[in-house]
Amino acid sequence: MTGIVKQIERRRFDALVIGAGGGGLRAALQLAQAEADVAVVSKVFPTRSHTVAAQGGINAALANVRPDNWHWHMYDTVKGSDYLGDQDAIEYMCRAASRLVYELEHFGVPFSRLDNGKIYQRPFGGQSQNFGGEQAARTCAAADRTGHAILHSLYQQNIRAKTHFFDEYFAIDLLSDPEGYVQGALVLCIETGEPLIIEAKTTLLATGGAGQIYRTNTNARINTGDGMAMALRAGIPLQDMEFFQFHPTGIAGKGMLITEGSRGEGGYLVNKDGERFMERYAPTAKDLASRDVVSRSIFTEVKEGRGCGPNGDHVLLKVDHLGADVIKSRLPGIRDMVRTFLHIDPIDSPIPVYPTAHYTMGGIPTNRFGQVVAPEHHGAEEPVPGLYAVGECACVSVHGANRLGGNSLLDIVVFGRAAGNHIIEVLKESRYHRPLDQASLDRALAHLARWERTGGSETVDSLRTDLQRTMEDYCGVFRTQDVLDEGVRKVRDIERRLADVTLQDHSRVFNTARIEAFELENLVDVALAAVTSAAARHESRGAHSRIDHPTRDDEHWLKHSLYFRDGGQLDYKPVRTRPLTVDSFPPKARVY
Amino acid sequence: MATVKFSIYRYNPEQGGAPVMQQYTLDQIEPGMMVLDALKRIKVLDESLSFRYSCGEGVCGSDGLNINGINRLSCITQLDGLGGRVEIRPLPGLPVIRDLVIDLSLFYQQYRAVKPYLVRTDPEPEVEVLQSPQQRGKLDGLYECVLCGCCSTACPSFWWNPDKFRGPAALLQSYRFLADSRDQITEQRLDELEDSYKLFRCHSIMNCAQVCPKGLNPTEAIGRIKQMMLGKMI
Repeated sequence: MTGIVKQIERRRFDALVIGAGGGGLRAALQLAQAEADVAVVSKVFPTRSHTVAAQGGINAALANVRPDNWHWHMYDTVKGSDYLGDQDAIEYMCRAASRLVYELEHFGVPFSRLDNGKIYQRPFGGQSQNFGGEQAARTCAAADRTGHAILHSLYQQNIRAKTHFFDEYFAIDLLSDPEGYVQGALVLCIETGEPLIIEAKTTLLATGGAGQIYRTNTNARINTGDGMAMALRAGIPLQDMEFFQFHPTGIAGKGMLITEGSRGEGGYLVNKDGERFMERYAPTAKDLASRDVVSRSIFTEVKEGRGCGPNGDHVLLKVDHLGADVIKSRLPGIRDMVRTFLHIDPIDSPIPVYPTAHYTMGGIPTNRFGQVVAPEHHGAEEPVPGLYAVGECACVSVHGANRLGGNSLLDIVVFGRAAGNHIIEVLKESRYHRPLDQASLDRALAHLARWERTGGSETVDSLRTDLQRTMEDYCGVFRTQDVLDEGVRKVRDIERRLADVTLQDHSRVFNTARIEAFELENLVDVALAAVTSAAARHESRGAHSRIDHPTRDDEHWLKHSLYFRDGGQLDYKPVRTRPLTVDSFPPKARVY
Repeated sequence: MATVKFSIYRYNPEQGGAPVMQQYTLDQIEPGMMVLDALKRIKVLDESLSFRYSCGEGVCGSDGLNINGINRLSCITQLDGLGGRVEIRPLPGLPVIRDLVIDLSLFYQQYRAVKPYLVRTDPEPEVEVLQSPQQRGKLDGLYECVLCGCCSTACPSFWWNPDKFRGPAALLQSYRFLADSRDQITEQRLDELEDSYKLFRCHSIMNCAQVCPKGLNPTEAIGRIKQMMLGKMI
């Protein structure tokens, strides 16, 4: 194989960032501004990344509308996580939030404004003042296009900082040496079909979530868990993958996201009797309870025969009472979307909604500096040298068992920046690239060559369809042991069938079928992690709802799951319950 | 449950030869189905068909295509309105890489050339730079651009001079920063647009505004830039 190395083009950078959503771009910006040599690899042009679709906003206790305090934000986040979040990381994030939102504003983000010229903030689910008191208004918004506004501004600032972009390059595998140092990645230029070795002293994974493991989801087609699966293949476990968020309000049957901001602005859910049923499930917070709570409530209403429509298979989100002005100024994007996909105008008609797969709480385990941590020799939290992860592909863990709306955009900018800063320090001490490990490169090249095979009996599309349906049916909102065990068997079977999948089209230039094949492999690995972790956790916590284990069990299960690809093994590690400076929030009953 | 005939532009540089229009027929087209849904079904039948898409809801801007002669996003273009025959071509005026995938390098180059980022020369405050709702309102209709390229590739001036004329998408972004009360390099932005191509190749043909899938109006933005230049000269 040594001969091949010479033929493949090589590039060398100080830092490699894989993924050009908000997390990757925020990290790249930090690095480029520090004059590090940084390369961003993205399988799509950066502004196509899924951050663009985030709607409602970004949380920070600016107190522009109602009294607020980062410590209250921290409390809400810990409670929202159902106490599975790591409190050091949560404190760090909530403390940093205000400064980083101001910084985004300085980058040019066109936030909506209050009459006094300050950034507009709206109420969102799970937010309170004074540790569980009155509803807070903590979500900073650019109408209902906050993700678009942030992603474009971050990309624009990266243009200004002259970050080096490899647009439409697909990352195949991490490269690492026998001592465990990550040395970059083998990537594929989608346009030419040619491989490229990118050597780097540090590599940051910012590849986003894996919503495409489910059939009906709010995610873009690109959200296939690529970075998570790359980590798994490199021997790194995935953490807390049983916790997958179902957003309460996807457009029924189609999945497009309707922002929680629509309820933040005063919208509410009704069943077929016109009843505001959330009052029964969450007497205080009602429609602004945490997402896991609202999703289960909708699911229950439908299951118990109180769903709307001819098939009784959804509930209605009413915003028509808010008035045309509020909808046009605060929710213009969802109005467009509802008109396009449902041919109704939310100014006049309620929107049919149903819980929809939305967000991967779990991911690649990291500490609060974005360093990937794994149990290697003597502890569960040993940094993997040279490797970082931020954003939805990572699990730092600020979201624990359930993410609060408005905390994902915050997560990506806070930890994107933190990882950038940590990398800058590491680069000061790493003057040279370590010699590339041939065996690691050979493995990556073998993986690349896998899709040259012919004569298989399965297709990418049929296997992906089966996988998505299996995950929906066997690893959904409510779970039981029997169903999950069956789910594990079925996904294992899909994994076996993967060996029989081959492509018809082996051309080089912009072969999207080949990319979809690599993505399918990634989806299968990630789905196995999710369903295996779910089958093993015998309690209900946050988004993981077990009918056969209906209560939270802090005595046995206040711990993070770690799933290893090798043999599908599971391990566990403690939650970091000690914050950086303040007192810990001990677990208590979680009511809204 | 209608049947729709598709005629799709195919070109694979590895196979050589001229581009061809390939015919496909899909039945069971349900009301409300989008062009993207049809393309995905065709790709299941023929995986060699290449096209870009991602979010599927009109916000990422990946899937600008020329559909029955009009540039639009395939994910929010309904088959219902297109009749029983649908012709799908790549966006016009830029090189084709393969099938429906075009090379957008020149498009992005023009975007980068207008300095599409906020520049302030004052020291940064520790809080937000204040902006009234009215000042912020001036950015509506500008910041929502998804960089799909439908406008610039519908513009005859851009077809002729994609290397010299900034094109409607880039100029819309230029005005997005000129209109932003927080930006402090207005003079420089206007100076940099001053030659006979970058801005002034716009002849108000209005194709851009007609095709914009987000309902934005680059022609109007270009007109406002021209007004600002005039104001500066006086």
